[in-house]
Parts: sequence; structure tokens; C-alpha cells
Amino acid sequence: MKKIKIEKKILSENEKYSIENSFFLMQKKKLCLNMISSPGSGKTTILTRTITELRDKLNIGVIEGDIQTDFDARRIRAADAPVVQINTEGACHLSAVQVSKALKDLPVDDLDLIIIENVGNLVCPSAFELGEAGKLAVLSVAEGDDKPAKYPAIFAKSKVLLINKIDLLGHVDFDLERAKADARRLNRTIEIFLISAKTGQGMNNWYDWLIEQVRQTGTWQERLH
Amino acid sequence: MHEMIVAQNLLRQISDEAKKQNARPVAATISCGKLNAVNDEVLRFAFEAIAKDTLCRDVKLTIEHKPLQAKCSNCHRNFDIEFSEPKCKNCGNSEFELLPDAPLMLEEIEFQAENFYEKNKN
Repeated sequence: MKKIKIEKKILSENEKYSIENSFFLMQKKKLCLNMISSPGSGKTTILTRTITELRDKLNIGVIEGDIQTDFDARRIRAADAPVVQINTEGACHLSAVQVSKALKDLPVDDLDLIIIENVGNLVCPSAFELGEAGKLAVLSVAEGDDKPAKYPAIFAKSKVLLINKIDLLGHVDFDLERAKADARRLNRTIEIFLISAKTGQGMNNWYDWLIEQVRQTGTWQERLH
Repeated sequence: MHEMIVAQNLLRQISDEAKKQNARPVAATISCGKLNAVNDEVLRFAFEAIAKDTLCRDVKLTIEHKPLQAKCSNCHRNFDIEFSEPKCKNCGNSEFELLPDAPLMLEEIEFQAENFYEKNKN
């Protein structure tokens, strides 16, 4: 018998591409967010509304991750934004190598912000870094207020949380204060915005935050002047 | 759900090392943090399923869990955080910054016999 010390990261392959993506985005001074939620929380609706309403202010590009179909990419294209669809063919998360290829297909130089819409899943995507500057979690009120307590990883790792579908608050048992408190218990600095991407309620606060993040990252002001 | 990807990466790393060592792997120790979203049972099942026709078929996995640490905003000391009661263990304060979670690591591999590869070539 002999024991050999290895001490190597098991996901080192993903990490290598993640670091490359992150370096590429930093060099280009582009903000990139990794959007993670359960299926059906409204990620694509949030994106199409944001793209449309910020059209005069931000150029947004999207990387769409889905197990199958290009339904979401078509919705983004209909909102007139550049989009690259990745089909994971069964995998429950996007990996950094897929994002690395997608970044080559996006007109990155013309963009201010790249949003990666991850595969709908509240668990696995949180474990795979893609090279993003921050994670953007979405929770819709129809899913229940216990999700931050039940799935702590994604809420602990996210920079911002959008609580969506607040137009349904009168119809579902969702304790906003409990959800916010549970999300903040592990992540004191998480920004939380209450929105309805359907009615537009609360979207302006989210836009202000987003524009400020883009402004801090990079080339946005240079492009405007 | 992504345990299969973890298992595939693990199998590749153990196989590569076995070829390098020219020896038969029988056990491996891995470690993971609290936010890796890896379930022990599912990972073992996935690993057994893909390793069964390979030179890693006898590898027994030991999975060590590393605690998640936080730095207290009041007493500035680090402590292991419990999700059920996220408070500083030193002063009881509930304001803190999470420290980076431990990554999934292949710590060590145990090998049985020398020259396994040469003997089993044909």
C-alpha cells in the first residue's frame, strides 16, 4: 500500500476556463452577471423587459443556457439584443468552457453588460464559476418564502437578489420579510429588489443599481462620450 | 445533480495518477466545502457507476466535509458557521462576512500493488 498526496481541485478544468473568462472580461472592462434561479421564476421576462426599457442606456448581450430548445434565445432576439444559445443536452448547469465559446460569438466590444442566463436550477449552477463578476439570483413569490433557508448556497454567493412576481403577493402565502431575512442571514451585503417583470413594478430600482454597476466596471462612459 | 460531472473529473484524475504511478488505486480521499452542492450518496453512486469497468473499480471514496468559515464584524475573529444558527461562536454577534468556501479537492489516493499496469497490459 502506498498513499500519494494529490491536493488538486476536482473541478480544476472548469476553474481554468472560469479564470480565462474572467480575465477576458476584465481586460475588456465588461460587466458580466450569472443569473441563477429555479425554472419558471421569470428570468427571461426580466431580461427582455430590462433590455427593452434600458435600450437607450445600456447595450446588453445574453448567453442563454437551457437543457433543450432555443425558446429563450428567440425571446431575447425578439427584444433585439445579441444572444448566444447553449444547449447543455441534459447537464443541470452551464460550465465555463461553454461560456468561453459563447463569449467569442457575442459582439463583446459593442456591449456594456453580458448576462448569462443559467439553466433553471437553484442548486447546481451555484457550484460552477463561469468567470462572472457576480451572481444574480431570482426568486419568484410563487416558489415560497422558505427557499433562501432551504437552498442557502446560491443566496450566500449572490451579489443581488431579485424577488419577482410581486404582483402575485396577494394570491400566495409568501412572507417577504422572512425571505429577505433568510437571504441576509448568510449574506449581509446582498442587494434585494422587489420587482414584477410583468407589470414593471419596482424595476426602476433594479435598473438604477444595474447602471451603477456597469458604470463602475468600465467602458460605458467612454462609449457615451 | 451535477455529481456525475464531479465523478467524471475525479475518475480522470485518479486514472491519470494510477498510470503515472503504475499502480492500482484502491481508495481516494476527497474534501469539499459546504456550498459545493454535492451529496455524498449521489457522488458515490455516480462514481461507482462510471468506474465499474475501469482500473478504478475498487476505489473506495472517503468524503471529508470542511466547515464554512465567517469573520465576525464585531470581534473580528473567524468562526465555523452553522446554517441553523448563523452567529459568531465567540461573541454571539450575527453580523459577519462569509469567507471563501473550501473547493472540491482530491486530497490523496491509496494504491495497492506496484507494476499493476505492466502486468495487466495484455
